[in-house]
Amino acid sequence: MKKSSPSPEPSTFEALFDELNPNEELDSIGELDLNEDMSLPNNIKMDRRSFLKISGIAGAGFVLAFTLSGKTNAASSEGRSELNAYIRISPDGSIYIYSKNPEIGQGIKTSMPMIIAEELDADWKDVTVEQSPINKILFGRQNAGGSRSISSNWDTMRKAGATARHMLINAAANEWSVPAIECTTENSHVFHGNTSQKISYGNLATKAATLVAPSEGAVKLKDKKDYKILGKRITGVDNHLLVTGQPLFGIDQALPGMLYAVYEKCPAVGGTVDSANLDEIRKLPGVKYAFILKGNGNVMELKPGVAIVATSTWAAFQAKRQLKVKWNESNASKDSWSDLVKRAQLMKVQPAEKILFEKGNVDAAMEDSAKSIDALYSFQFAAHATLEPQNCTAWYSNGAIEVWAPTQSPSRGLTSVANTLGIKENKVTIHQTRVGGGFGRRLVNDPACEVAAISKHINAPVKLQWTREDDMVHDFYRAGGFHSFKGGIDREGKVAFLQDHLITFSHNGEKSVIAGAPRRPSQVFPAQLLNNFRMNQSLLPLKTLCGLLRAPESNTTAWAFQSFLHELAVASGRDHLEFLLDIMGEPQWLPPKNLYGLNTGRAADVIKLAAEKAGWGKKLPAGRGLGLAFHFSHAGHFAEVAEVSVSPAKKLIVHNVTVAADIGPVINLSGAENQCQGSVIDGLSTMLGLGITMEKGRIQQSNFDTYPLLRMPDAPNVDVHFIQSDNPPTGAGEPALPPLAPAICNAIYAASGYRVRTLPITKEGFSV
Amino acid sequence: MPDYTLTINGKSHAVKDVDNSTPLLWILRDTLGLAGTKYGCGIGECGACTIHLDGKPIRSCLYPVSAVVDEEIRTIEGLTSKDGTLHPLQQEWIVSDVSQCGYCQAGQIMSAAALLDQNPNPSDSDINAAMKGNYCRCGTYNRIKAAIHTAADNMSKKGE
Repeated sequence: MKKSSPSPEPSTFEALFDELNPNEELDSIGELDLNEDMSLPNNIKMDRRSFLKISGIAGAGFVLAFTLSGKTNAASSEGRSELNAYIRISPDGSIYIYSKNPEIGQGIKTSMPMIIAEELDADWKDVTVEQSPINKILFGRQNAGGSRSISSNWDTMRKAGATARHMLINAAANEWSVPAIECTTENSHVFHGNTSQKISYGNLATKAATLVAPSEGAVKLKDKKDYKILGKRITGVDNHLLVTGQPLFGIDQALPGMLYAVYEKCPAVGGTVDSANLDEIRKLPGVKYAFILKGNGNVMELKPGVAIVATSTWAAFQAKRQLKVKWNESNASKDSWSDLVKRAQLMKVQPAEKILFEKGNVDAAMEDSAKSIDALYSFQFAAHATLEPQNCTAWYSNGAIEVWAPTQSPSRGLTSVANTLGIKENKVTIHQTRVGGGFGRRLVNDPACEVAAISKHINAPVKLQWTREDDMVHDFYRAGGFHSFKGGIDREGKVAFLQDHLITFSHNGEKSVIAGAPRRPSQVFPAQLLNNFRMNQSLLPLKTLCGLLRAPESNTTAWAFQSFLHELAVASGRDHLEFLLDIMGEPQWLPPKNLYGLNTGRAADVIKLAAEKAGWGKKLPAGRGLGLAFHFSHAGHFAEVAEVSVSPAKKLIVHNVTVAADIGPVINLSGAENQCQGSVIDGLSTMLGLGITMEKGRIQQSNFDTYPLLRMPDAPNVDVHFIQSDNPPTGAGEPALPPLAPAICNAIYAASGYRVRTLPITKEGFSV
Repeated sequence: MPDYTLTINGKSHAVKDVDNSTPLLWILRDTLGLAGTKYGCGIGECGACTIHLDGKPIRSCLYPVSAVVDEEIRTIEGLTSKDGTLHPLQQEWIVSDVSQCGYCQAGQIMSAAALLDQNPNPSDSDINAAMKGNYCRCGTYNRIKAAIHTAADNMSKKGE
């Protein structure tokens, strides 16, 4: 992981809130991007002062995107007139909209252009969406992470559409010699009511593109009630290409004369190559090259390994099987999961190393409470297992490189590839491909760095293909961990105190691994609403690499906290729904008191809706039960109710999951619903049977036979209900996932009286 | 290394100088440029590489090229009819917006197409049985199931 200088950790809520600037990118993805270079691409000339002025504002790039671009490049080579960086219109009326962020299955390639098209007043049928180039000046940071694409681009996308619409109106007004204010737009046309004239955007685009872009204040945005595209069910723009098997993905890229590579790294992370049977490998059928790469010292870029380049993927795979490498493991991982579990058991009864958050007086409340319980929750590591195994294609030539990358973070990829090759960023071009699943794995661009180094070494176009086994053993894993809880109930049956001793891991003994611990109290609901709360942390040393898995940190914290909260509800003899609503209390924004803070009113509304839709309180046969959980993350308020059956032999059937969500106004109803359904299935798949363990530094799972995803017969029906509150729209890619695991475990308790405290739950003997 | 002649989507393809152990998957993708069939696991667990061999759904990562000579091979690229009309499953997949990342969907559609060839009116459990070999990492199982039912209905209406 990138080294950062250790900073003092805030130890109180107050200090933490002070640190959390409401406008800051708070998520872990922001942390990853701290070192992002903002150097200018060399095709844009600006004086340093104007650049700083623009790059200093949030969403840097949109000012330029709306002004500079239109004037310098009014007509592109295809005869499309460029109204701004996002919008080109052909004389035939076709409207081309750039989607700037990677499409990883979250639907952004459809939903962001919908926002532009809405404000442009385009007929969606006229719109063709294209993936934009990577350009920090025009498009700002381009990535897919933190469920931030909608919330951080909402204004920019609306203004992109509205600005272009304004220019089209001005062009029509000039044409007709009428005041612009008398013109209206609809379905890709400008109308003048008084003279009953109309003209298509296609016929206006050439002239509109030469006009000066309006100032920001001159542009009027639509009223929500006039929306024709937003909030509707719009089908994915790539659907036709997908169902006919067109080559959209990274793995599908093909270049003239392209070779095929594999790259073998030490199975224990940190190992280096002493030697390998390269001469034997070079004699194998189809093999063109075999060589050792030393690595560049950054595990997020290029680890040491052996490259084999062949005339086909299969020849490379076959040769890899014959490869014999002598690894130097003196600094390699010796991690052992079974050992870590033993050490955590000892650690949980020791005083914690430090306090993460504290509120009130937990010690006094402990003395005082009517009833107290304690429990240890433990969860294994997890892999991303994107269905498209890691791969990347590159062509190095004359000191520059082109890369075709299935990545979630192309902006960062540019930097990483430049670092790896020791060349300037302006010598690197990254083409965004469609991405066969991200889930956070592809925020790291190690495959791009590997193929870049290989292509440079052989000076030829090459596709690097990881096997599924490579993919599983060289991941950046979701950290496992342990929550040792103590909780108390007062005489009125309310939570008197809650204490968690989180045992997580560290690479350097100072900071927890990425997403190993919550970064803010809003991630550990109901911490902010209790009088007495303390979250302690202790660290175990680890070499296994950790990363961000969908809804990082929340995906395990929600499980542990919302399960234990249910234990407290049971201990107090209260109904979980009533218990949760009582904790929420009166509607209020909790710190940081903005979109990224929990709103107890929004929370109560989704909890009530989920309960109502799932039939909370209904009579169920023995062995069948309902479980409820709430979690707030990524600015989304989500409550879920699971209905399950549990047999005496711990066979689990998940019948239904009801999701109630408030992410503000929904951009694409079809896409948002799909994300929620998918999050539930993904969450169930992971909590049910997916665990990564390591012994002697080696990952014990290697393919889907030992890391089995959920299959269709075991997938529940998922009902999704949105409360479209009058708040700014936020993302749907992640926040539906965290409440799923606790909802299932709470339902298992309701059905069977058995409390699950281990993930995956197959470790406690459950099966489907 | 030997040469083979394969019949894929009704057309004959000469495949020259390939190792006889090469899985059909990699012949399709690397040699013939038919990239719709996807690599997911290489051990027949995920179903991303599902194609039809003489009308039956198989995992093309498990079949060496030497074993599929003289058999009718159909891939996702061949599911569309010659005049460009999409298979009812493809049509329904678009309309009901099944995909998320979309990587598994060609394999899903090939499994579903083989099911509907055998059983034009499948029940939920028929669908579960036919589709259980196909992973969807994004979790679109609800929509896949619904789309198969709708496509089956549409096909039977057309047949009436």
